[in-house]
Amino acid sequence: MVIKILNALIAIVGGVVGAIILYFLLNKLAELLPGRWEDRVKPFLFLLPALAAITLYLIYPTIQTVVFSFANAASTEFVGASNYGNLLSSSAFQNTLFNTLLWIIVVPAGTIVLGLLIATLADRMRPRSEKLAKTLIFLPLAIGGVSAAAIWRFVYAANPPGQNQVGLLNGIWTGFGGDPVNWLQISTLRANSFLLMVILLWIQAGFAMVLLSAAIKGVPTETLEAARLDGAGEGAIFFRIVIPQIRTTLITVFITVLIGVLKTFDIVYVMTNGNFNTNVIAVDFFNQLFTNNNAGYAAAIVVMLLIIMIPILVFQIRQFRAEEAAR
Amino acid sequence: MSGTQAVTATPVQLPKDTTAVGGPTRRRRGQQVGGKAPVWVRIVLALICLAWIVPTMGLVITSFRTQDAANSTGWWTVFTNPANADLTLGNYSEVFSKADMGTAFVNSLAITLPATIIPILIAAFAAYAFTFMVFPGRDLLLILIVGLLVVPTQVALVPLLRIYGSLGISGTFPAIWLAHIGFGMPLAVYIVRNYMATLPKEVIESAKIDGASHFQTFWRLILPMSTPVLASFAIFQFLWVWNDLLNALVFIGPGVNQPLPIALNQLLGNQGQGWQLLTAGGLFTMIVPIIVFLSLQRYFVRGLTAGSVKG
Repeated sequence: MVIKILNALIAIVGGVVGAIILYFLLNKLAELLPGRWEDRVKPFLFLLPALAAITLYLIYPTIQTVVFSFANAASTEFVGASNYGNLLSSSAFQNTLFNTLLWIIVVPAGTIVLGLLIATLADRMRPRSEKLAKTLIFLPLAIGGVSAAAIWRFVYAANPPGQNQVGLLNGIWTGFGGDPVNWLQISTLRANSFLLMVILLWIQAGFAMVLLSAAIKGVPTETLEAARLDGAGEGAIFFRIVIPQIRTTLITVFITVLIGVLKTFDIVYVMTNGNFNTNVIAVDFFNQLFTNNNAGYAAAIVVMLLIIMIPILVFQIRQFRAEEAAR
Repeated sequence: MSGTQAVTATPVQLPKDTTAVGGPTRRRRGQQVGGKAPVWVRIVLALICLAWIVPTMGLVITSFRTQDAANSTGWWTVFTNPANADLTLGNYSEVFSKADMGTAFVNSLAITLPATIIPILIAAFAAYAFTFMVFPGRDLLLILIVGLLVVPTQVALVPLLRIYGSLGISGTFPAIWLAHIGFGMPLAVYIVRNYMATLPKEVIESAKIDGASHFQTFWRLILPMSTPVLASFAIFQFLWVWNDLLNALVFIGPGVNQPLPIALNQLLGNQGQGWQLLTAGGLFTMIVPIIVFLSLQRYFVRGLTAGSVKG
């Protein structure tokens, strides 16, 4: 144990000192070059380690994954597009895609509605109550997916009929006279998927609330006063003035949550491992890779995930260029 | 443009004062000063807060109950029937002895600290080059980095596993340090660069006139001026790595080097040991991020708004 801590400390000191020495040497190296060349080469030397990390850990593997997606389970032989064909025609994977689609539709929208509601309500409280409420609702974001799953596993827990219930939901349910229900196994109308989505909503609502609340506070007072003088009701002010004014923030929150949803792994993996008809794309990827040892299917799944994300990527780059132009 | 504003992926109107959760706020509507919120507003908000906190309360309370009590009666009976509460600290010592959470805790620290601190300097140098140096291909490289923010890190796992396998470093700490450094790099470069772009150009110009080299300017001027954004990134990355299950499973896996999320996941899969251990393990896993979060909320929110495209 002591050795592990020492290892970590050595890594930190070694990593940081090593990086400093590396940059110092690269800089000295550039200074040896004649003036004009020094200026030309130096930027790339400053960029070198970061670009190397990105190339090695993101760009090269992405290309390689696309290649693997056309190869067999052990990545030894090319099989054309059959991984895609087999996956898309299997009813299990169609189910997974359908579940993923449900998550995409429900969670970002739900997070925004909840975030807006809480932000609007908290905005009308005394500063101290506002701060307390916001901290409570924001806290789940810090604790991570596995801990959240531990918390909610306990909420959804079911004991056999006749015993006392220890799970909160069944405690309430049986308190009203119902029979205990194994909530996570009810796939009728995808009820269990929705119960899993509740966990992600619980985690992310605080994030939406913080950004939206800041944006709402940024709406100019004069605009609101003018609308009030013209006799607009609070509802009209909210939907016709506040919402349009915070549009960019709404989009940011929507996209961020959407990306989070597409990558959702730990909640589903820990709660059901995709069983009982709750599978989503990121969990399926993991199980194809490690349970079925099929790197071809896993790669094809993740390439499909990448394709789903292309519109977001294009939007993100456009947004960035617009921002740069305005800078 | 304020610093906070600049580091968001898409422009977010964040007045400087409101970057912390419920931080000092300018009250907007006259009639609301003093919190004369209607009763229904207070009730609805109180109910939402209650709904948010009750699941966690169940975990916290159960982690202090004996095995019999935790598995035979609901945790809420602690309030309805306090005489039979049956509280204990024993679950925590059992979590150490039976589930070996102590080792996992040390592993988590050993994984998270280097994976948080090492990328900072690398990103800062790159961000400096992007902000203050002119070179061909700069805009293109920057756009590449913005694009990579969106790319799910899952795309990298299959090839990396193969490389790690042939190098024989799977399951070691350097394997996951390097992965987190690589995966975190686009975000780090992106937010640090956006922050640096808001620093006054005159400072750099006058340093240049005084004969300072890029290296000196970076080291003596820009790096100290960028401390807030570096802190934001550090907190964000810390929480992300600490809570990460996927990469831990892929690059470390269950075993002697496993961090807390894997250990907790095993407790979850192994419920024969009872709710009291699972909940104690859960609280033990959460405690560091909660402390980091509560003590550094302001920076955390900034890092979050900055990193809002990373999932």
